Amino acid sequence: MQSIDNKFTKSLFVFHAACSPCNNCDIEILDCIAPKYDIERLGMQLVGSPRHADVLLVTGAVNKKVVHRIKMIYEQTAKPCVVVAVGSCACSEIIFRESYNTCGPLDKIIPVDIYIPGCPPRPEAIIAGLAKYIKSRKNAG
Amino acid sequence: MEKIELLSYFFDYLVFPGLLFVVASGMLVSWIDRKITARLQWRVGPGLLQPYYDIRKLFLKEVIIPEGGNKWSFIIAPMCALISIVIISNIVLKYYIDPSGSFVGDIIVVIYMFAAIPVASIIGASASKNPYASLGASREMKSMLAYELPFLMCIMVPVIKTGSISMGAIIQHQLQNGPIFMSLSGLTAFITSIFCIQAKMGIVPFDYSEAETEICGGVLVEYSGALLAIWKLVKMSLLVVAPLFIIVLFASTGFRAGIFAVYFVLLLIVIILKNTNPRLRIDQALRGFWTYAAVASLTALVLAVTGY
Ligand code: SF4
Repeated sequence: MQSIDNKFTKSLFVFHAACSPCNNCDIEILDCIAPKYDIERLGMQLVGSPRHADVLLVTGAVNKKVVHRIKMIYEQTAKPCVVVAVGSCACSEIIFRESYNTCGPLDKIIPVDIYIPGCPPRPEAIIAGLAKYIKSRKNAG
Repeated sequence: MEKIELLSYFFDYLVFPGLLFVVASGMLVSWIDRKITARLQWRVGPGLLQPYYDIRKLFLKEVIIPEGGNKWSFIIAPMCALISIVIISNIVLKYYIDPSGSFVGDIIVVIYMFAAIPVASIIGASASKNPYASLGASREMKSMLAYELPFLMCIMVPVIKTGSISMGAIIQHQLQNGPIFMSLSGLTAFITSIFCIQAKMGIVPFDYSEAETEICGGVLVEYSGALLAIWKLVKMSLLVVAPLFIIVLFASTGFRAGIFAVYFVLLLIVIILKNTNPRLRIDQALRGFWTYAAVASLTALVLAVTGY
């Protein structure tokens, strides 16, 4: 599979997929778009359809109800795309680990490129995570 | 001799005022739109080259053809829309620069080409076999029914006032007798047509056929990669061509570069309308166009016939 390279880092269309989070992570994502952090100045934009997306922001501890949906959304996304696990739930499932209805952390289900831990991570942390990824891609070529 | 003529045709359609011009100016104008929107929302906004980066990236991405849809209509629809834009811009700008080259009835060609764009998006959306896209397509269809009637009546005003259906004659008439919007009927029609082009361009408050937050992009939901890039270019260049068309019809003056000043004022009005109004429902838009806008444009028509 091709990966995101230099040409992509200047313009990232973000699709926000909430997979049974407690909604705090989602509110922090919305904070990134609001005037104070304004990720549009970095070329990032929220889009409504996974077909348009380059980045999947996934939040929450994936449970049995949404596990096939997130797989489907990942398949529907036009490649190359980056998957970002936002929040400790998506990274490692913290206190919900080995619960009766969760299906393992996100990277057991779809390949994850960036982990942003925190419960919830601050907007600065989310932006820093994406910025680090972009930097690593730039150095790679 | 013939070779030079052929070359000049290519130049017209591919460079100025054709493809290259509409694409480049469309990117610039869409940056202005995004930047002003951002400033109005107290944000910083994107950099100058952002639309170019977006388009470049989309051209490099995978194109997904939805399974079970009609492949060829899905692919051809955005290209038809882009070709329509190029033809419109050619007719409008070329004959504005040199009105004598205009042919009788070119205004009708332009009106048809403007109608071809939403038709292409309806066809593309229906070919994708997506329920959200078909919702968007049905809204686009109703929206066309809503704004076409007042828009046509508005365009009738300069036609009646100059007694001609060629762009060249309308422009020349205005060069001699002053712009049409200086008269009462012209002003009414000009203001009404601003709302009509806002709906034509699918900009908030008339963006119900796309409605990202409601039907996930509506007519564009299944488009990805290069095809999505072409749709985005169509939307961007429509923002250049549609206002220029009504400005040429209503506000040509002896000072030729003046249309650009009027264009930027109109662009500002469009952007401010966009940022101060929530999205209308399709029934509200239909009712609005068929009552207020239709009455306003009918009044303008009657005023034009009686000579005001
Ligand atoms: S990481 Fe914390 S804030 Fe985020 S969804 Fe999980 S519990 Fe909620």
